[in-house]
Amino acid sequence: MGRLRKLLIPGVDKKLLLRDAVKTMPELTRRRFITAGTSLGALTLLTGCDVVDSSSAEELLKKVSKFNDAVQAWMFNPDALAPTFPESMITKPFPFNAYYDLDDAPEIAGADWKLEVRGLVDNKKSWTLDELYKLPQVKQVTRHICVEGWSAIGSWTGTPLRDFLKLVGADTRANYVWFQCADKDGYNSPLDMRSALHPQTQMTFKFADQILPRAYGFPMKIRVPTKLGFKNPKYVLSMEVTNDYKGGYWEDQGYNSFSGS
Amino acid sequence: MTSLAVNDHQAETAAPAKVIQPVWVRIVHWTNAFAMILMIMSGWQIYNASPLFGFTFSRSITLGGWLGGALLWHFAAMWLLMVNGLTYLALGFATGRFRKKLLPITPGGVIADTKAALTFKLSHDDLSKYNSVQKLLYAGIITVGVVIVLSGLSMWKPVQLHWLVALFGGYDFARYVHFTCMALIVVFLVIHVALALLVPKSLRAMLIGR
Repeated sequence: MGRLRKLLIPGVDKKLLLRDAVKTMPELTRRRFITAGTSLGALTLLTGCDVVDSSSAEELLKKVSKFNDAVQAWMFNPDALAPTFPESMITKPFPFNAYYDLDDAPEIAGADWKLEVRGLVDNKKSWTLDELYKLPQVKQVTRHICVEGWSAIGSWTGTPLRDFLKLVGADTRANYVWFQCADKDGYNSPLDMRSALHPQTQMTFKFADQILPRAYGFPMKIRVPTKLGFKNPKYVLSMEVTNDYKGGYWEDQGYNSFSGS
Repeated sequence: MTSLAVNDHQAETAAPAKVIQPVWVRIVHWTNAFAMILMIMSGWQIYNASPLFGFTFSRSITLGGWLGGALLWHFAAMWLLMVNGLTYLALGFATGRFRKKLLPITPGGVIADTKAALTFKLSHDDLSKYNSVQKLLYAGIITVGVVIVLSGLSMWKPVQLHWLVALFGGYDFARYVHFTCMALIVVFLVIHVALALLVPKSLRAMLIGR
């Protein structure tokens, strides 16, 4: 994982740094910045990149992060529910958040879309949106907590994932449900099975009682109130029940993989 | 550590032979200093991802380079900080050090010693005895240390430890508590280091024990 190594030290991973920097810019500057084609060398200079050479520090940090996965799995109580809130406390407007602008969010035609189900399941049939909409749905008003620190309360309605997994005959002794999504650059993310079976983990079709808008992941997102926001997939294309750890978009860049809340 | 001094020379002649800072205190002190600096610097980088106030910390004084790197540092150094902190608390109570060194703290004593400090009349003849201002500051910073760890844990596990988040008045409020404790620790750190440099024998005691 030479890739991770570059990420730990200021200024070394140009791609991420650029992304971080661009995010903090006002819209107009941001556009110009990107189109102008930034000198990455200058960016490196700005950040001063030689704090510690940390191939050894990086190895240690990776190990501790794995250890933290284990600690969090141990702490995870499958019966502990995320706090719920009255609808009056819903954050308005609920923030759009992604590693791209709203303009670049996937535009999916609901009629053509099908959810692909793969891996250790009895029934590998793909599901249309109409078929999914017929499944029993529940509403939750819970707090979305971003890895960045901010949080927002939202209302999500959909089918508990554990009911769907039962329906398709998933092997719930498997380690992960792995989601592949339509976001540009191919977002994906593994969800550990115990979190997947948590009663509040949901295949979400509605936000605030309305069909899930494009900004929040149309046609389907996975709402996991026991995980940080980046582990709540949007624009889901497929789910795979698997024993293998397949990595994830953010997980591979260094965010802690369990990231439970 | 001690506070403002002018008549250091009086103590020099007394040549203290007894151990002022036992070896366990010195080990946990410097381990804590190391862990705390890692936590603060990575914490500033994490703060920058979603600032609570109208400023961010310069990248030159943060650790981790970006949010993901900073989080790795923060959630690694937290173990060092917590294990070391618990060791300190356990030994502090078990050896009676807290009781002997930090108690009693009386309002009268604090006021008198504050006056003495501000008029440069505070004595440092015996570094093994803390004056009232020191007692108050040390007891206070230990409390802040406990609160910053608990508020941090509540933000790390707001579902599993939802009772702890509730104790801090909710997730968003816990962030302010965590930040405020950091600010208090930084202020303490500045004063602490400044005073240690003013009374160098206190620094020596923390390095070699006497």
